Amino acid sequence: MFLNTTGCLWILSFPWFGMDIGGTLVKLVYFEPKDITAEEEQEEVESLKSIRRYLTSNVAYGKTGVRDVHLELRELSMCGRTGTLHFIRFPTAAMHRFIQMGRDKNFSSLHTTLCATGGGAYKFESDFRTTADLELVKLDELDCLIHGLLYVDSVGFNGHPECYYFENPSDTQACVKQPCSLAHPFPMLLVNIGSGVSVLAVYSKDNYKRVTGTSLGGGTFLGLCCLLTGCETFEEALEMASKGDSTKVDKLVRDIYGGDYQRFGLQGSAVASSFGHMMSKERRDSISREDLARATLVTITNNIGSIARMCAVNEKIERVVFVGNFLRINTVSTKLLAYAMDFWSKGQLRALFLEHEGYFGAVGALLELLKASEDP
Amino acid sequence: MATYVEAVRGSHSMDKSITLPPDEIFRNLENAKRFAIDIGGSLTKLAYYSTVQHKVAKVRSFDHAAKQESDGEPLYEISVQEEITARLHFIKFENTYIETCLDFIKDHLVNTETKVIKATGGGAYKFKDLIEKKLKLKVDKEDEMSCLIKGCNFVLKNIPHEVFVYAKHGDSEFRFQNTHPDIFPYLLVNIGSGVSIVKVEAEDRFERIGGSSIGGGTFWGLGALLTKTKRFDELLQLASRGQHTSVDMLVKDIYGGAYGCLGLTGDLIASSFGKSATAEKEFSKEDMAKSLLHMISNDIGQLACLYARLHNLSRVYFGGFFIRGHPVTMHTITYSINYFTKGEVQALFLRHEGYLGAIGAFLKGAEEDNPNQYCWGENYAGSSGLLSVSPELNPMQRERSGTFDMLEMDRLERQLVNLPLLQDSSSYIPDTVDLTEDTLAREYWLCCFEEALDGVVKRAIASQKDQPEAAERAEKFRQKYRDKLQTLRHQPFAYGSLTVRSLLDTREHCLNEFNFPDPYSKIKQKENDLALKSYQRVLKTLEELSWEQRQIALVRGLLAGNVFDWGAKAVSDVLESDPEFGFEKAKQQLQERPWLVDTYNQWIERLKGPPHKCALFFVDNSGMDIILGVFPFVRELLSRGTEVVLASNSGPALNDVTNGELQILTERIAAMDPAIQASLSEDRLTLVQSGSSSPCLDLSRLDKVLATVVRERGTDLVVIEGMGRAIHTNYYAALSCESLKLAVIKNSWLADRLGGKIFSVVFKYEVPSIIQGHH
Repeated sequence: MFLNTTGCLWILSFPWFGMDIGGTLVKLVYFEPKDITAEEEQEEVESLKSIRRYLTSNVAYGKTGVRDVHLELRELSMCGRTGTLHFIRFPTAAMHRFIQMGRDKNFSSLHTTLCATGGGAYKFESDFRTTADLELVKLDELDCLIHGLLYVDSVGFNGHPECYYFENPSDTQACVKQPCSLAHPFPMLLVNIGSGVSVLAVYSKDNYKRVTGTSLGGGTFLGLCCLLTGCETFEEALEMASKGDSTKVDKLVRDIYGGDYQRFGLQGSAVASSFGHMMSKERRDSISREDLARATLVTITNNIGSIARMCAVNEKIERVVFVGNFLRINTVSTKLLAYAMDFWSKGQLRALFLEHEGYFGAVGALLELLKASEDP
Repeated sequence: MATYVEAVRGSHSMDKSITLPPDEIFRNLENAKRFAIDIGGSLTKLAYYSTVQHKVAKVRSFDHAAKQESDGEPLYEISVQEEITARLHFIKFENTYIETCLDFIKDHLVNTETKVIKATGGGAYKFKDLIEKKLKLKVDKEDEMSCLIKGCNFVLKNIPHEVFVYAKHGDSEFRFQNTHPDIFPYLLVNIGSGVSIVKVEAEDRFERIGGSSIGGGTFWGLGALLTKTKRFDELLQLASRGQHTSVDMLVKDIYGGAYGCLGLTGDLIASSFGKSATAEKEFSKEDMAKSLLHMISNDIGQLACLYARLHNLSRVYFGGFFIRGHPVTMHTITYSINYFTKGEVQALFLRHEGYLGAIGAFLKGAEEDNPNQYCWGENYAGSSGLLSVSPELNPMQRERSGTFDMLEMDRLERQLVNLPLLQDSSSYIPDTVDLTEDTLAREYWLCCFEEALDGVVKRAIASQKDQPEAAERAEKFRQKYRDKLQTLRHQPFAYGSLTVRSLLDTREHCLNEFNFPDPYSKIKQKENDLALKSYQRVLKTLEELSWEQRQIALVRGLLAGNVFDWGAKAVSDVLESDPEFGFEKAKQQLQERPWLVDTYNQWIERLKGPPHKCALFFVDNSGMDIILGVFPFVRELLSRGTEVVLASNSGPALNDVTNGELQILTERIAAMDPAIQASLSEDRLTLVQSGSSSPCLDLSRLDKVLATVVRERGTDLVVIEGMGRAIHTNYYAALSCESLKLAVIKNSWLADRLGGKIFSVVFKYEVPSIIQGHH
């Protein structure tokens, strides 16, 4: 053990992973060192090389694993090493296959620590131990989320800002994505939309509280879409939603009042009852799967927006940051959230989004691994 | 019956096959005016104002100066007069009957002054033309939300047991709340197809502070898509049989157990429908419906809590068709509110929630009659009460005419207010036993009232011997009251908390309904007459006693008078068989001291001290009680320098002395007794009416004049006499001044419960702790 130039007490043995095992998806970040010396390479055991090669030369793993190439962070300096941070995801349903692979690739011989967060870190702990002889270091998911988020924002996205918002959110024509800085992030309301939703009030890196949560989240969108349309994947559901018309499914204020409900300042175009038209049989017979998918998406998104807004007002926080994999490739929802925050707060609240949506927990877990090496 | 069910379930098409029984459903249409209608998604609520002609018993003193008194002449004259009182009618029925109902109203509507009908609710547009065509009334649309709020304020103010909390696993599922004298501010969460959250700060000041599109329409619409079940009620039934855990992703599905550090239990839903994101599995209709119900109820509960917290409100009422008496949704909403507020806020529901819109629309149209200026009371005879929509809870499937639900409210003659001497008016509960919660007591009293019914019918007929159709009316009364008792057996919560008082009041309402305004008038007259004859003799005997002896004799006299009570079955049996049952005999029946509750010694000690400034005396029965019991006792108080206010019922109830009767009696006593005469002329003895027509006493609903007199005179002693007023009610009432509650227990079951025997005596003299400190 020796002190290297960046202050790490000892060189942490590779591979460096951070894992976040959620209810629906497993998020994995992998740091690929690009500064490996010839010497180092020679000493490297075969299993380590094999893992690196497998992960970096593929963009898909098995049927369901995906590497989000567009998200990778290049020339990143971590703990004295330079390399690329890769972002990989696969369904939690495939967790057992993943654990088996860990056994087959003889992962346990690598003397590395596997840092994991998310509920699955607890649920699968004993499977890791018994099947792959691996001991997980379990980490709190909200700690990891916040640390990961702040870290990625601080290093930026390959020279660009990590954070963005929508300009003119109330005007569909003029609404444009604008990068921005999260230089002064606190206090922020952090809304993490995974299978379910957690809402956190964050006052500093280590001072936060979980304000509330809702069970109407990404899992609800996908679950309901599958039941209503027979689709099977999130991508499929979003694709359908992008083509549908929710006003055929939802009852709007104008459907009830003929126009605006002026007594209460409600616009005619506001949704009065989600799925309200579906009370009528004729209407049920005349809608498409796409309409249903769109209505489901809009319902879930608006509800999250509404809860987030109430929490922001209750907690007196103006900055609302939305993260989580529900927002992946989901501009319908991001724009809707941006609109909802702006409109209902009369411009008081601003919705912010981050490019690496659902990966912060995994990054946070990796940071814990590296941090462990800094502490004596 | 089968075809009827089909008709209702089949579609929303019109059903004209129904014939309406005119004296049961749209009653008093002849004088109806100021119509209002609230047409919802499936139910129509019609409201109108009408006047009812009632027979009332009046007493009138004979002109004794002009007429020689003779033994054969009765004391005063009883006449039955017609009186016109105002009544509000609210009727709820399925939209399918709307055309039939409109036809019916047109045919029976004689009054032609009415030109306009106020309308609200989503269906008001749809049926506008039909209403205008049928009734020839102009439809005047009113804003739904303002009607709702107006209606809500009205029921909160006028119906004592309007508000309840729902406890699925409680002894009683419905726990009625005490009405808070100040109803504002509150939050109303109306769950219709969407959700509106309204903050109400004053009669006309309210604001929609938020809402949600995820409401009853979402449950119905999404539910219909997921389960192919069309009807809302069926969806709820599916949900009540389902298991949400196969569809929802729970915390333990993600964590393998609880998420301890955040305090999230394993059974908490992490993601609604989170397990259904798979094509591999089939899910049962029941499970999906249950999951949907949880999702929506939790979401609404969460938003309601966020708004309640933001606006710092603790009273949150839930209404709308999603709630409307459905135990399933009331339970899930209650659960959600408990979870999100950690028990700090209770979900409150309203017994007449379905009527709010119609009541509000009606009030808007009736502003020139200014109904809000009066107090109104629920008429138990004409109202259906809260009937559970759950078939498990309501085994008495409603008859055809039973699809019509009714609420009738009578305009009370006077403003009712709290007794200013209540220690804490917001926690005051008049009734001693809540029969909704006490099953044994409920069974006993329901039986007791059922058994007493024959006697009541007999007495009612006897009171109107000159009217040949009295027997027929009395039979109708019997039927009506028996039906009410039957309903209450199955649904004790139908009219709020079930109490002996509400059973007695319901009986009075039913008697009035069939024009038996005062079945005891003649008995009271006879007994008053007899007692008056003994007055001077009793006074003389008392005057011969020493001070100490006199005090106990006065109390025993009060108690003996109290034995005469036609309201108590044990006594009415004796009275029926032995009309000569005299005052002395009654005294012999009394328990010897020590009594069951006996604070007589403290009372005597108190009497040795300075006199009270003013005593308020709630009197009970006619005859021996008031004349030979109360008057001598009052006379003694007066002689000590204490002013006395005698409070008697405004209207008849059993053999209780009414204010009208008491005025005549007092006059007659004054003529015999210079001491009473002097007190009257010096205004040291005053008669007031209580504002009530009940054998029991609700100290939170008393005549405003009484309250004023009590305040002005600096009342420092309250005497409450009789089983109805001092035992069934007010036994535990805490007053801010000294009080004396006394009664003879004339019911062996109740005596047994209190640990005594029949004719046990309760003598409860109480001094509030604050005053005690000064002594």
